[in-house]
Amino acid sequence: MITVNGVNYEIPAELHARKLSDWLREDLMLTGTKIGCDIGVCGSCTVLINNEARRSCKLKLKDVEACEIVTIEGVSGPDGGIHPLQQAFMDAGAIQCGFCTPGMVLSALALLIKNHHPSREEIRQALKGNLCRCTGYQQIVDAVELAARTMYHNEI
Amino acid sequence: MTKAFRNDAIAKVSGTAKYTDDYTMPGMLHAVPLHAPVASAKIKSINADQALKMPGVLKVITAADIPGSIKFGQIIKDYPTLVDERILSTGDVVALVVAESRAQALAALPLIALELEELPGLYDSEAALLPAAPLINPEHGSNICNYHCVRTGDIKAGEAEADIVVEQDFTTSRIEHAYLEPEGSLCHLRPDGVMEVIGSMQHPFSTRRFVASTLGMELKDVEVRTVPMGGGFGGKDDTAALVCARAALCAFITKRPVKLIYSREMSMRESYKRHPYTMQYRMGLKQDGKITFVKVRMVADGGAYCSVTPWVTWRSTVQCCGCYEVPNVHCDVYGVYTNNIFTGAFRGFGSPQVNWAIEQLVEIAAEQLGMDELEFRRVNMVKQGSCTVTNQVLDTHKVSLAEVMDKVLKEIDYETKRKRCSFGDPLGDKWYGIGFAISYRGMSLGAEGVDFNSAIINVQPDGSVLLETGVHENGQGAESAMILIASAELGLPVSRIRYRMPSTSNIPDGGTTVASRGTLLGGGATTNAAKTLKGIITEALQTHMQRKAEFFEAGNILDSTKEVICTWNEAIRLCYSKQIYPYAFGVFQAPRVSWDEATGHGDAYFTWVYGCQAVELEVEPKTGKVTLLNLVAAHDVGKAINPDMVKGQFYGGLATGAGYGLFEEVALKDGAVVPTNYHQYRIMRATDMPEMTAIIVENPDPTSPSKAKGIGEPTLEITAPAIANAIYRATGQRCPDQPIKLRKL
Repeated sequence: MITVNGVNYEIPAELHARKLSDWLREDLMLTGTKIGCDIGVCGSCTVLINNEARRSCKLKLKDVEACEIVTIEGVSGPDGGIHPLQQAFMDAGAIQCGFCTPGMVLSALALLIKNHHPSREEIRQALKGNLCRCTGYQQIVDAVELAARTMYHNEI
Repeated sequence: MTKAFRNDAIAKVSGTAKYTDDYTMPGMLHAVPLHAPVASAKIKSINADQALKMPGVLKVITAADIPGSIKFGQIIKDYPTLVDERILSTGDVVALVVAESRAQALAALPLIALELEELPGLYDSEAALLPAAPLINPEHGSNICNYHCVRTGDIKAGEAEADIVVEQDFTTSRIEHAYLEPEGSLCHLRPDGVMEVIGSMQHPFSTRRFVASTLGMELKDVEVRTVPMGGGFGGKDDTAALVCARAALCAFITKRPVKLIYSREMSMRESYKRHPYTMQYRMGLKQDGKITFVKVRMVADGGAYCSVTPWVTWRSTVQCCGCYEVPNVHCDVYGVYTNNIFTGAFRGFGSPQVNWAIEQLVEIAAEQLGMDELEFRRVNMVKQGSCTVTNQVLDTHKVSLAEVMDKVLKEIDYETKRKRCSFGDPLGDKWYGIGFAISYRGMSLGAEGVDFNSAIINVQPDGSVLLETGVHENGQGAESAMILIASAELGLPVSRIRYRMPSTSNIPDGGTTVASRGTLLGGGATTNAAKTLKGIITEALQTHMQRKAEFFEAGNILDSTKEVICTWNEAIRLCYSKQIYPYAFGVFQAPRVSWDEATGHGDAYFTWVYGCQAVELEVEPKTGKVTLLNLVAAHDVGKAINPDMVKGQFYGGLATGAGYGLFEEVALKDGAVVPTNYHQYRIMRATDMPEMTAIIVENPDPTSPSKAKGIGEPTLEITAPAIANAIYRATGQRCPDQPIKLRKL
């Protein structure tokens, strides 16, 4: 069984070798997971697997048996609306063509789950595996900083 | 902190934005291309018998199946949708396999048997210029795709006057656009006979021309609708349009919807790159620092097809001396056909190459004169009222070159820090360097072609507004900028304005969204449409309420004393009740430009922008590893419509510009692209980039209705030479060749 965005899916044996990214996009119609290189280098297909950022194009369904997967469609705030991290991407001007954005958000979310107050350098390290050709990364780093402040302001 | 505005932000950040590959249609087939295995060959036969026996395969389509023209192109029609007999490049597509699934189509691909007669290829642009060289495109009659020149002043007098002459050769890299979304298209033939196209492409109107030409249809019978696109940077023009044309061809033949999605490997193999240049510069100087002449020859490798090589090299011609006054100029620029992968539009468009050379050359020259690089630039840079090398007087707008330069140098504290530079100090364990570069840039298309755009503002009976323009959303935020311009003109909140995803069948052809012309041309049309609309409403209020409207503010319409006449909604209701449509069509026609091809003289562009970028970096002496420490940029944008998105353009341009200088290069082997995917083609990562400072300079431009100019391209045309100049101050080594390779330290 695989859980995707809180929904459980039984996986028949003939699907074990199916690529996770293809299954998400084609079978579950979760097209927010993007394919940029399909060889695990660009990070556009990043999803959370048990809260770790992983490249879905490098995984087969059998690799994620019994895992909890979150795709960009499963990211939402406490009230079910936009997550503070997504809001920060919008507010900081971190979005241009948007193709890398789902993967960026999920890599940043994995970081913020573990590290509530990352430095800019730590943010850059966490986003190192996500390529972006539009933004030069600066406003994406700004967004993650802003999100950390919003999400964990009571911890400061 | 101000919040950035983007109309598409929620969709993009929540994963609901639908790009081409995210769409499906009932009964949809999948197509894949078969690329030529070699760069130069004659096709003797194509046998698809085995491929057609594979499960799910419906068709193998070749050039013989094309109902319209096999070849198309924006300038010279030399680019084949599918190759009929002569392979000229490893990016050529020989056949398309159409199957029920993509996997089935891919499985059949290797079973197509090609019988080829291999022919010698030409892979060196200088060799292609030799008289004995075989012709790449015989119908063109020459391997010189195009030639431009500038002949200004008297080059012999300039030589005679010079106290010192410096000479230097430069080369630049062929680089990949590396948009994150590869090309793709989904087409279907509608019951009304219209071929409907969506695709990952920058230019709906250009795409429509490619599709119509391939299918032998009229433009009215092809409708290109736009969907979000995952990056373009100039790169989703010809190739992307042809991918759409091929998908449309498959849909036309099979009478079913067809999706054609490129893998990264297909994209890198086939898509055009930035032109690599070789440049030989000779510059004369007086002891007081004045440049007396520049003589330059440039050769741009255009690859197998023309694409927009004549336009790219034209910009290099106009800007051949950088942003400096030079009284005597002799410039020859050649775009050359080879069997290499072709080259075309890439953000910057012929200026990054020239600036790479000139911004290093002026520093070499200054050093030889014993003058500092700041003073040398100040003596020679264009100022208000200066005459460019093509005899254009810069007097229609504020010439802000000194202003942008001063702002950057002050912000980065250049004059203090330049004293700390290492110059390859043998005792240093880390070498520090600082460098900068400046430029001017002609805005929009200039004398490349017709340059106009339109906007439609269609106010609905409830007062909400539908806006569309002939500008395409490439990811840069064009739609948001148009909404903000309309919002400011009409005095309405952005929430009341929807940018309607335009279709080529609704808005007139506004040309291509290139040349940093989106905000300038589309914004001009939007401003003019809003003014027309306000005129319609003002007249209605005068006729039916006998009130004179002066201001449109905060959802109200006010008279000259700022008394509210009525709300916006009331005014719109009045219009509809009196049978008046609150609908306006606005046009912005670029002011006149001129060009004389024989002399290289003319008012090449109707306005110009000015920029300066500086960089601090460190070089590790043992390994030659370069670490960027700081990047500062100032660009005059006329007026910043959406400041956060303007900054986004700064940062993105700086990052690509830095990669261009430091390490990006598409290696070729016998004309074929060596890197197949991102693991073999490195672009800047988050950890490669330093913190950046973006200084927006605003000198509202009188020739622009919205007062805004462009920012997309200026930001990546001077980063690489700024880095080269900083590396010189760190290591003592000049870097005339891209990408920068330091000699053993």
